[in-house]
Amino acid sequence: MAPYQPKSDPKWLVALTLAVALTVPFLFPVLILLSMPLAEPSGGGVTLALRWLGNVLGTDLSGPVAHDVGTAVVLLLIAFLFINFGAIFSGICVWWERRIAGRMQSRIGPNRQGLGGFLVWVADAVKFLLKEDLVPAEADSLLFRIAPYFVLTGFALTFVVLPFGHSVVMADLNVGVFYITSVTALVVVGILISGWSSNSKWALFGGMRSAAQVVSYEIPAGLAVFVPVLMAGSLSMQDIIRAQGAAPWDWFIFRNPAALVAFFVLFTSQLAEANRTPFDLPEAESELVAGYLSEYSGFRFALFFMSEFGNIWVMSALATTLFFGGWQVPGMPAAAISALKGTGAWWGWQLVSMAVFAVKTLLLANVVIWLRWTLPRIRIDQMMTLSWKYLVPIGFVCLIFTLFWQLGVGAAPGLELASGVALSVGALFVVIAFFRRVFKNVTDVRGDAIDLSNW
Amino acid sequence: MSKLILRRAGHTGEEMLLNFGPQHPSTHGVINFIVDTDGEVMKKAIPDVGYLHRSIEKIGEVTGYPGFMPYTDRIDYVAAMFANEGYAIAVEKLLKVEVPARAQYLRAASCELCRIASHLVSVGTMATDIGATTPLVHALRERERINDLIEALCGARLTYNYHRIGGVAFDMPTGWKDQVLAFLDHFESMLTEFDRLITYNEIYLKRLGSVAVIPRELAIDYGLVGPNLRGSGVDWDLRRDAPYGAYKDFKFDVPVGKGLAGTVGDAFDRYHVRILEMKQSSLIVRQALERMPEGEIMAKVQRKPKPEAGEALSRVESARGEMAYYVVSDGTDKAYRVRARTGSYLAMGIIEDISPGMMIADLVALIASLDVVAPEIDR
Repeated sequence: MAPYQPKSDPKWLVALTLAVALTVPFLFPVLILLSMPLAEPSGGGVTLALRWLGNVLGTDLSGPVAHDVGTAVVLLLIAFLFINFGAIFSGICVWWERRIAGRMQSRIGPNRQGLGGFLVWVADAVKFLLKEDLVPAEADSLLFRIAPYFVLTGFALTFVVLPFGHSVVMADLNVGVFYITSVTALVVVGILISGWSSNSKWALFGGMRSAAQVVSYEIPAGLAVFVPVLMAGSLSMQDIIRAQGAAPWDWFIFRNPAALVAFFVLFTSQLAEANRTPFDLPEAESELVAGYLSEYSGFRFALFFMSEFGNIWVMSALATTLFFGGWQVPGMPAAAISALKGTGAWWGWQLVSMAVFAVKTLLLANVVIWLRWTLPRIRIDQMMTLSWKYLVPIGFVCLIFTLFWQLGVGAAPGLELASGVALSVGALFVVIAFFRRVFKNVTDVRGDAIDLSNW
Repeated sequence: MSKLILRRAGHTGEEMLLNFGPQHPSTHGVINFIVDTDGEVMKKAIPDVGYLHRSIEKIGEVTGYPGFMPYTDRIDYVAAMFANEGYAIAVEKLLKVEVPARAQYLRAASCELCRIASHLVSVGTMATDIGATTPLVHALRERERINDLIEALCGARLTYNYHRIGGVAFDMPTGWKDQVLAFLDHFESMLTEFDRLITYNEIYLKRLGSVAVIPRELAIDYGLVGPNLRGSGVDWDLRRDAPYGAYKDFKFDVPVGKGLAGTVGDAFDRYHVRILEMKQSSLIVRQALERMPEGEIMAKVQRKPKPEAGEALSRVESARGEMAYYVVSDGTDKAYRVRARTGSYLAMGIIEDISPGMMIADLVALIASLDVVAPEIDR
């Protein structure tokens, strides 16, 4: 058998496709960054824009009503951009996940539409729009129709406090973390409604499983979130990032041994809340057909799907914020940042901080995808056992340990640095050992390390 | 019998009746399970079979003896070689034909390759039913290479129709032996990779260990065969204990369930027996290719054989366990009766008995671990 010969050199193609795939979703945060002067709380930007618009139209738009309307329009625009970021990220994430799955399963994956199959998510979205919006005759029509919007709302509302960069955040609420854990609970309402209203036994099973799962895992997630909150002394997402540094030993995850454990508790719980493998019980295909999604078709199905994949960003961004130093860039302490304010370099700094945040989040998102295509699914009793018998007690231990740890840090400030250096060096060794093991496993089966031929 | 009478015991009337199939991704149109559930826990599951019944045994009565051979492929299309071989042996017994040694070895080699292919499908779908999608694709990738090899041997990739009454249809093509050996080298290292990927995965062990336990006595009582029987710790393999064809010349181990992940006879044992059997099959193929004698591949058989009136029973160790053909001749060129006894049908019977108290997720694991193939159930 002659080996497959690619028709053209795929390297540039891969690079180009990946560049586009990375650029398109992050265009939206950049647009938000550009529209930020308009959204200044003092309203100076809106006044200037209205004056300019008034000159163009030849009318006077300086009244308070016009100002209020203008502010509302600007806020709507920014909200629109944020939701579109979520939608387009989840679309591209679907494509990326399918490519990764193809690679892991030694098959090709979508590669027909556009370069490297990149446009497949657009094709999918168009297909979903054109499909019939089927409502089963026996279903509770109203609830069946509104269920996807609960899920979508729960997903979209998280973007209110999720930071993208140093200044790119819709609202830096002083209860940011608390707000996120609250609004994500709305998703389970939507899933439960969809499971009940479909009037299908499979959907009911899926809905009940999902309710049990999400409600159970919110407790360990909430406990784990409180570890960085205690360390930062604030619930605000941006304050938590500001309390960390750029170097790994300044990240919360390494500054406190309990935070390292808490990160894994949070990550596991978030996988469960997002219904990702190994916690995909609510839509377990081999058991429940498609769980609560069984009866959905067309655009309503697409809304569920979009929220599910968009949640990958939400959970990764939350973990980046709480544990991995968020947008902190080496060599940029707070004083240096405030010195940039008002200069042209300030915009550059914003872009750099957004890039750092995005890279960290995307790395975590890839771990989520990688887990999905590796692990089997756990059973419902094991899922409950894991939450209540392991994660919740571990979460409490982490919380209490952190209370004492913070007291210790107050007495001996070197404690955090010592822990940070020791744990980050340990993590480095783990990463090196991991890559060595991967390399060994690949050579053991005489596999190819990097093969781009299927692009 | 007492169990049958007590079937309705413990029925509270609060259960939800669930039709697990035939329109379900795990039963894909060919089986139905009528499940009484109390939430996630099943009161019982009753298999409802017959969706794929095609009267194959009746067809055996109207086609001539050689004409039925292609139909035997359809009895078990995942492991068609064994269905071929069983029928061929039964008719050879009727005709009192001696099969040449080279044909016997070719039969053994092709059957063991086919067993690997069939077990790959089994362990792959097992992983898929537990929720891991990647192992199935890896298993099918290796099966494709076996299909390529068998296609080179006999021209077909699924319904082989390779064995003939009195021998086999084709000799090995040039270079086939080296291709097979190269594949087996690759396959054995792939098998360790597969073990690393899924077999010893902690979640997988927890999902299958001590789940759907079939005790030794129950397995014997229900007449389970093959890996399902050996998974319950019964050391019985026709290839070793009642050898047919060339099997008495080969050295191989018969793996039995040891309760590695919990209890002897659990779903993991049945899965693991298949993994270990693939290694043994690979050894048998190597031995068969090494010692392949020269000579004829077909005995002299009439084009339209007319065996004397009488009956013959053949038993072969198929990928799904002991497969028996019972062929009755009335002296004409058509069989009076052809009966196939298959492992999957027997395995379906036990589901109702061991399902009470299991979870719905475990029902999927149970069906997958029994490795039932719908055409073999219904024929």
